[in-house]
Amino acid sequence: MARATVQGRLGERLRWRTAEVVGRGSEYAEATTLMLKVPDWPGHLAGQHVDVRLTAEDGYSTQRSYSVASTPEPGYLEITVQSLPDGEVSPYLAHDMAVGDLLELRGPVGGWFVWRPEQEEPVLLVAGGSGLVPLMSMIRARGSSGGRTPFRLLYSLRSPAHGLYTKELREGLPGLDVTYLYTREAPEGAKREPGRIVPSDLVDHGWPAEFAPTCYVCGPTAFAEKASAYLVLLGHSPERVRVERFGGTGE
Amino acid sequence: MTSEEHLPDDHVDGNALAGPLAEVFTADVTVAQSECAHCGATGPVARLLVYRDAPGLVARCQECGQVVLRYVRTASAAHLDMRGTVTLAFSLAPE
Repeated sequence: MARATVQGRLGERLRWRTAEVVGRGSEYAEATTLMLKVPDWPGHLAGQHVDVRLTAEDGYSTQRSYSVASTPEPGYLEITVQSLPDGEVSPYLAHDMAVGDLLELRGPVGGWFVWRPEQEEPVLLVAGGSGLVPLMSMIRARGSSGGRTPFRLLYSLRSPAHGLYTKELREGLPGLDVTYLYTREAPEGAKREPGRIVPSDLVDHGWPAEFAPTCYVCGPTAFAEKASAYLVLLGHSPERVRVERFGGTGE
Repeated sequence: MTSEEHLPDDHVDGNALAGPLAEVFTADVTVAQSECAHCGATGPVARLLVYRDAPGLVARCQECGQVVLRYVRTASAAHLDMRGTVTLAFSLAPE
């Protein structure tokens, strides 16, 4: 099933498609989810991304990559855009794109940072900020496929006001454990002092290495490299630690 | 791993090559195993460290930091420099 998605592209060169914004969802002040209708969209594998291209009237064109946030399905996808202070593309996508507007995208691409419903091992998801986006697609794909493999999510975020998919994560899913690691400001009564991820967070809330989980780490480069190095130090096989780096975010 | 600590932290990784390389290849190159011409390390292209501030994309070995692959796209052509790669191995489903 999953294979059919990828193989459907063989023999056909990746091309730009026109997507129509059919809805906008506000996550928090700087983050917006864009709901996109894309004719002929084949669906994606959870974890894959798309390239988005914007072209100005004078012909200047620039592109960025965004992970798909939604459950895999044909004809439709969602991306979540965090507006960066000096960003060239993200403020436009997050704040100015309106329902009915069109944008160009190509994909889905990337076959390595993916989770497939037929995987049976436990899964550890480690998200830094908007690194949650492709991991959320995995959580949603597990839900929509009726998956029972246990998932644990460690989500590092600035404060309770900076959460993505807050309501959906609060409602939860059977077999999904969520731990929030606040870096600047924690809610009142939280046992953990605010701070960046440390190895004991992964020991306390991740899986023991002998359970041989597949670990997916996604976030700003410094976060992703630190978290994945900790996992390897804790005995996880480097082959089982899959990383996607977003680059510097100028946090 | 150690060489990473001396590099700036705005790089990304081989996952970011998926779109650009799909302009020229129909197979997903990011899941292929590449072998570094400098140190012999092998691993999926997705694990290479990718620098985007050059005019193009420069992918370096995660182990030794040497350049494995370079991709430059102009308005009318794509240039792929693979001097740093010994082999690219693709898993294929049996016919």
